[in-house]
Amino acid sequence: MKFVDEFRDAEKARALSARITALCEPGRQYKLMEVCGGHTHTIYKHGLEDYLPEQITLVHGPGCPVCVIPMGRVDDAMALASEPDVIMTSFGDMMRVPGSHGSFFDAKARGTDIRMVYSPLDSLKIARQNPDKRIVFMAIGFETTAPSTAMTVLRAAAEGLTNFSIFCNHVTIIPAIKAILDSPDLRLDGFIGPGHVSTVIGCRPYEFIARDYSKPVVVAGFEPLDILQSIYMLMLQLSNGEAAVENQYSRVVPWDGNVVALGAIGQTMELRPYFEWRGLGFISHSALKVRAEYEQFDAETLFSVPGVRVADPKACQCGEVLKGVLKPWECKVFGTACTPETPIGTCMVSPEGACAAYYNYGRLTRQRVREATAS
Amino acid sequence: MCLGIPGEVIEFVPDQPDLARVNVSGVKRVINVGLLAGEPLEPGDWVLIHVGFALSKIDEAEAAAALEFLEGIGQAYEDELAALAESRIE
Repeated sequence: MKFVDEFRDAEKARALSARITALCEPGRQYKLMEVCGGHTHTIYKHGLEDYLPEQITLVHGPGCPVCVIPMGRVDDAMALASEPDVIMTSFGDMMRVPGSHGSFFDAKARGTDIRMVYSPLDSLKIARQNPDKRIVFMAIGFETTAPSTAMTVLRAAAEGLTNFSIFCNHVTIIPAIKAILDSPDLRLDGFIGPGHVSTVIGCRPYEFIARDYSKPVVVAGFEPLDILQSIYMLMLQLSNGEAAVENQYSRVVPWDGNVVALGAIGQTMELRPYFEWRGLGFISHSALKVRAEYEQFDAETLFSVPGVRVADPKACQCGEVLKGVLKPWECKVFGTACTPETPIGTCMVSPEGACAAYYNYGRLTRQRVREATAS
Repeated sequence: MCLGIPGEVIEFVPDQPDLARVNVSGVKRVINVGLLAGEPLEPGDWVLIHVGFALSKIDEAEAAAALEFLEGIGQAYEDELAALAESRIE
């Protein structure tokens, strides 16, 4: 426990809180975006907003991979899973994401062969055991999971597997941040950079935010004190009129990222011209597809994918939540029609989704829900 | 899936230098350590694991902190561990 205490110490938290408050200019409002859903989770679990002056607002970003998958891609995946002899494999997080005909769990209950796997490598074992079946792995995630998919494709190629492919839905975080920076809806003062994604991509890709948009970025760890420390580092830069990329999580994140992981992604995948994100719309060069050299592992080459576009349910305001324009409790269906048990939108599905985090931990939020539903 | 979970390296899989058996909160499974190529890795070292792949080597203090964080979040970590327990990487 002695290890953990140094990340949790309430005295240290209060000291950081006082230093952060001292850096606030009178009359100025600060909006800081935490990009990563893991950070959102920590912020609500530990009530970190209570440690911040009211001048600072934390805005939740799009960094929840399950949350940004558009409904059309879920429907496409279901179509693939319904092809003859197909076994679809998927991470557990994806199983409850609603498409227009229900979730993977619903399809599984109707008899479609969809299996939950822990790792894309588990799909290879299923492929070896079922030579007369075609295994399609539903590949999702940011740069944290893309290397795993890439390494799995390389492994399948090395083994000469002919009944394994991926339905590639990997997205990249930088274009999403850029889309938010370019959005007129929201004026942000700085970014709490994602921790695990940065383990792979390093800190350099964020430099354009400081250089071109004059906003500071601090890559942060997941402990409460990591996040407060990162907010302090952002505020220090803002009060000095600086904008730079800093690494608060250097005990895990190397400045240059993981070169092997980036190499594996680059070898097997390339950027798509554009990709649709739930709530954010089409973003250029924001997702990965399988390179032509590995097309025998690309489900989009092997099968005919419907490529449907489906509008999100009208009641659901995940888009505004993902852009940070709305707080989860400001969504009309939050906590009433949309709950973790019966999610309408993706932000309520994943434990890292902003809505699920608010729902599970928002102490103040409960009160806000009551206020919102009473009016 | 998005959770980075700390595991302690127990041993390497014979004849498969990319695979190692790790201990994650008592669940012992094989993971791929190929993304750490070039970094010396030995039994007793801690790694941060994402979906069956070690993404970075971490020290014991970081592992303890990460574990405490994960145990605190409850269901999501239990689901991750249950999924890991089903995993059969070879």
